[in-house]
Amino acid sequence: MGLDIREAYLDYVSKLWDVRVGRQIITWGVGDLIFINDISPKDFPAFFSGRPLEYLKKGSDAFKFDLYLNVISMEFILIPFFERDNLPSPPRFFIFDPFSQVKDREIKELETKLENTELALRLYRNILGFDASVYAYKGFFRIPGVRPDNPESPTKLTLFFPELAVYGASLQGSVFSGVLSLEGAYYDSLDDRDGDDPAATNSQTKFLVGFQRELWRDFTAEFQYSGEYMHKYGEYLETLPPEFPKQDRFGQLMTLRLTQFLKYQTLKLSFFAFFSPNDKDYMLIPEVRHNITDHLWAALGGNIFGGKKETTFFGQLDKNDNVYLVLRYEF
Amino acid sequence: MRKNSMVIPASLFFIFILSHLAYSQEGLPADEIIRKSQAAFYYPGSDMKTRVLMKLVTKDGKERIRDLTMLRKNLDKGGEQRYFIYFYKPPDVKDMTFMVWKYPGKDDDRWLFIPAIKLVKRIAANDKRSSFVGSDFSYEDVSGRDAEEDNHSILKEEVFNGKDTYVVKSVPKDEGSTDYSYKVSWIDKESFIPLKEEHYDKRGELYKVFTADEVKEIQDFPTVTKRTVENVQSGHRTEVTFKEVGYNNGIEDEIFSERYLRTPPRNGYVDKSGRSSFLFSLLTGFSTRCFHSWCGYFSRWVPSGGLYTKDSRWE
Repeated sequence: MGLDIREAYLDYVSKLWDVRVGRQIITWGVGDLIFINDISPKDFPAFFSGRPLEYLKKGSDAFKFDLYLNVISMEFILIPFFERDNLPSPPRFFIFDPFSQVKDREIKELETKLENTELALRLYRNILGFDASVYAYKGFFRIPGVRPDNPESPTKLTLFFPELAVYGASLQGSVFSGVLSLEGAYYDSLDDRDGDDPAATNSQTKFLVGFQRELWRDFTAEFQYSGEYMHKYGEYLETLPPEFPKQDRFGQLMTLRLTQFLKYQTLKLSFFAFFSPNDKDYMLIPEVRHNITDHLWAALGGNIFGGKKETTFFGQLDKNDNVYLVLRYEF
Repeated sequence: MRKNSMVIPASLFFIFILSHLAYSQEGLPADEIIRKSQAAFYYPGSDMKTRVLMKLVTKDGKERIRDLTMLRKNLDKGGEQRYFIYFYKPPDVKDMTFMVWKYPGKDDDRWLFIPAIKLVKRIAANDKRSSFVGSDFSYEDVSGRDAEEDNHSILKEEVFNGKDTYVVKSVPKDEGSTDYSYKVSWIDKESFIPLKEEHYDKRGELYKVFTADEVKEIQDFPTVTKRTVENVQSGHRTEVTFKEVGYNNGIEDEIFSERYLRTPPRNGYVDKSGRSSFLFSLLTGFSTRCFHSWCGYFSRWVPSGGLYTKDSRWE
């Protein structure tokens, strides 16, 4: 048990610009639980075990500068202290590990120095009723690459964070009495542009299309379709160790969110599903939340994982189905 | 020739009937009364700022509170409006902001800012009957319904609570667009403020009653400062008090933008001591291995596997 400060920052606000310094939560992009241009670190174990949604996002120790002009607004972020994603790991989670026999593991931490400072830029404005943004990021993958000392019979693994640049854009607006979301980005894997390093993720193009609509009173449905296209797939196949599970060139993920409010919004029934048509795996999150008073709410839900293979993202979590109960008193 | 002379008297008679139906003694047609009433109730001033206190009361007397600041600005273009709402209470929506760009004859644009994850989210807005923050008010009750969406007729004129009123019946042109099959409004002849509204459900039974409980002149605008809506079928009611109402504040267009959704406007718009030009916010949370009472379910020792290291932060 330890103290975990989620946010602690100082704001300075002027007419045309703002500055925020300190630990802050940064949320970019238009996806619902699909992150393309969102560069902030995530806490997946928190999410997979049913903690309230805000715990999925970790704070970044950053300097943020906002500029608001009539033509365009700008957000510029400087992150000197790298923060990686938290990934599900044993003993709390059953997960797939191709190197399960190797116990000697070392994380090659990123040093806090000028070259390792992450930079992120977002430009945005309203275009014909649509919220439009373009994004650029230069930093590192937050999920580590794994390098064995000897590919044939590894005795030690080094976990490292390959360099990454992301260039993307998003658009969101009202269409057909609903909300249409579009987002895309190119992930430039700077340490593995040739795609022949099996330890580092190859460059990818990612996109998502989402549509949300209120179908009847207090009931909203949202569907998303997203894809990841791997570049240099030939090189990836050639250098992939033979016994390793093969990733598809074009990975797809769909989501469905259904939300119904009842009894003057004191009762919320919700259902969220991830489903990958190529990996044939899924995650389902049914939840009932009841606001008992203005200060106290309770939620009962579950996280159900499954898939055809135990090597895919959700498939490996198959044995981690869980039920959660949250009681929260707020003041 | 003979045929034509029959047509003219017939159409004259028709116009005569129509005018009798639609016009009151003072000559105001029902449509015009509703339009004036909408203007008096939803559009006074060039802009408005108010603190809104909503009390949501169940049949057995359980109360919930919604405390918010609302800014509203009328644009020059026919009937377009912008709304900005900042929530103080209840705690689970504290610091949340909500913005509406309202267009007559077209779906609104709505945005919500969720402070816990710093997310600006556009929300679907095609069903205006959905409850506004869990109250008996629908979105439409809060920001108004286009007068053209209903057929209006004057039922009678009567004295209501000491005021001369028009009693107007409104029947939706598209039945699917509302919960009511018709509504009846008591509209003050002088101020055009709706003093009472009754909504009848699809079976024709009374289900919602709106009353203006207190009307004050503020900067020469007659303003409803207390309003109640009761669902007479469920017994649930919502009482609203509008405090610190001010018109023509000169609220800038920029207020209704993503910037201020994320950082609510100061300059006296949003009353929050902590939101002065320097803000220091410290939110702490205990990071424990076992947050939920059920997570023991998880904690099984697995001897192998995982991209884990000895680093405790990975657990």
